[in-house]
Amino acid sequence: MKPNAEPLVNRPGFWRVAAPLAIGITLLLMWQVVCTLLEVPPYLIPTPSLIAKTLVADWGMLLDSLLVTLKITFLAFVLAVILGVAIAFVFVQSRFIEVSLFPYAIILQVTPIVAIAPLIIIWVKDTTAALTVCATIMALFPIISNTTLGLRSVNPGLLNLFRLNKATRWQTLRRLRIPSALPYFFGGLRISSGLALIGAVVAEFVAGTGGTGSGLAYQILQAGFQLNIPRLFAALLLITLTGILLFWLMSALSRAALAGWHESEMG
Amino acid sequence: MDRDDHAMSQAAAWEQQGEASGEAPVLSAQRVEKTYRNGTRALDEVRLDIGRGEFVSLLGPSGCGKSTLLKMFAGLEEPSHGHLRWWGGNLATVGTPERTLAMVFQEATLMPWATVEQNARLPLDLRHVPRAQADARVAAALKLVGLDKFHKVLPRELSGGMQMRASIARALATSPNLLLMDEPFGALDEFTRNKLDADLRDIWSQQDLTVVFVTHSIYEAVFLSSRVIVMAARPGRVIADVAIDAPGPRDEAFRISAPFMQYCKTLSDYLTLANQQGGGHEAQR
Repeated sequence: MKPNAEPLVNRPGFWRVAAPLAIGITLLLMWQVVCTLLEVPPYLIPTPSLIAKTLVADWGMLLDSLLVTLKITFLAFVLAVILGVAIAFVFVQSRFIEVSLFPYAIILQVTPIVAIAPLIIIWVKDTTAALTVCATIMALFPIISNTTLGLRSVNPGLLNLFRLNKATRWQTLRRLRIPSALPYFFGGLRISSGLALIGAVVAEFVAGTGGTGSGLAYQILQAGFQLNIPRLFAALLLITLTGILLFWLMSALSRAALAGWHESEMG
Repeated sequence: MDRDDHAMSQAAAWEQQGEASGEAPVLSAQRVEKTYRNGTRALDEVRLDIGRGEFVSLLGPSGCGKSTLLKMFAGLEEPSHGHLRWWGGNLATVGTPERTLAMVFQEATLMPWATVEQNARLPLDLRHVPRAQADARVAAALKLVGLDKFHKVLPRELSGGMQMRASIARALATSPNLLLMDEPFGALDEFTRNKLDADLRDIWSQQDLTVVFVTHSIYEAVFLSSRVIVMAARPGRVIADVAIDAPGPRDEAFRISAPFMQYCKTLSDYLTLANQQGGGHEAQR
């Protein structure tokens, strides 16, 4: 037995990676075995090995589509963060502004993007811009609501301390409200990054139905029409991996910013 | 109505007096009342003068308005009636180097994202004190509370007692003339509390500092103070003003001395008496 075999198993991070990985591998193996034994045709459910082969074979085409989807997701996410934070800062200026405008932010959130995407695609000529608008609308609300909540969630004792020292509005914002809002803001980022991807895919679907598009959703749509189910699964896999990667990135960002002091990122 | 007029002219008279003699009381409450919007009487006609260099404790049970009174001293709450004066002037005159006010809250209220040093420096940063001067004052304040080795540490890495020390350092860094403390050691264990009480008393005796200290502990009040204001609840009011006249060092020996016990007994009797006639006062009015 190797001398360092024991400590690896005992390390706290080990099982957090190993346990989900083991379940994933087991499920994939079962999928492969069941499909092979029951001779399920690949146009219904392809085996994992066939999906992997397709992913390699169609990689050039799929990569192009992935980059298109990533570009729209990224643009929408950045736009949502900038707009959302700006709107949140306006909201916390006064209760009156918040009360007047918040219902409209909620409308933004509850209106299904699929329902308004066709309109936006008609109104906005450039496809990339139209898709970005759709995805931004989808990703905006969590940033607004979380940042607003964060900017308001200030320790009342610290607020008194700032008042006592005759701090200006700007000093209170910069030194107290913004740092206090960070944990909430990062929570918003995590939700919003996923929604930007979903928004991009949904908008691509709508645009793709109309015959225009080149993103992953368009590939899924085309693969469906052609009954090329392995490619459909491969595209789906790429979308899922992108989502996981985004979530992981946002979590890492949050950890880097808050690890020292906030409860959510300790231990 | 005429009560207000009277208070106004009285306040004007003090201001003249203060200018004449050059030494108005550090804090002065003239018929100060606080009634909340729902009708709760938090404070009833408090009159109090606190002179320079005094260590005054506000002692009383929960709901006697001692914290409310302290918040008014800090300018964080307005009285419903009556007037407050700081060094003979209104709140706007507070904040000059000779008239600096600092407050220590019930909880340490430190910024969790900032180091001990950054926390202690905050009031100076807000006042735009030059960097070199701020460095020196923060270092001195941290040394005074015994945290000089912990200046780069985040608050969560400190024990409750050390967090409170950081909070006190933050107040001392402003070189206050008036220090307001709202049950600062209430959440600490007895040993830590006694130690901090003794250290606070040392700091006070070394500096030209007036302290108003809110507590519900009779022992703490007697140990620390040169004067104890005893308060009762429903409605919150002052029932006694007791000078703690105990020369000599306030140390562990003082805690078990006969005068200490006698003062504790006196204060306890006042509080018991006030509890017994609690409702009677309200009926009289």
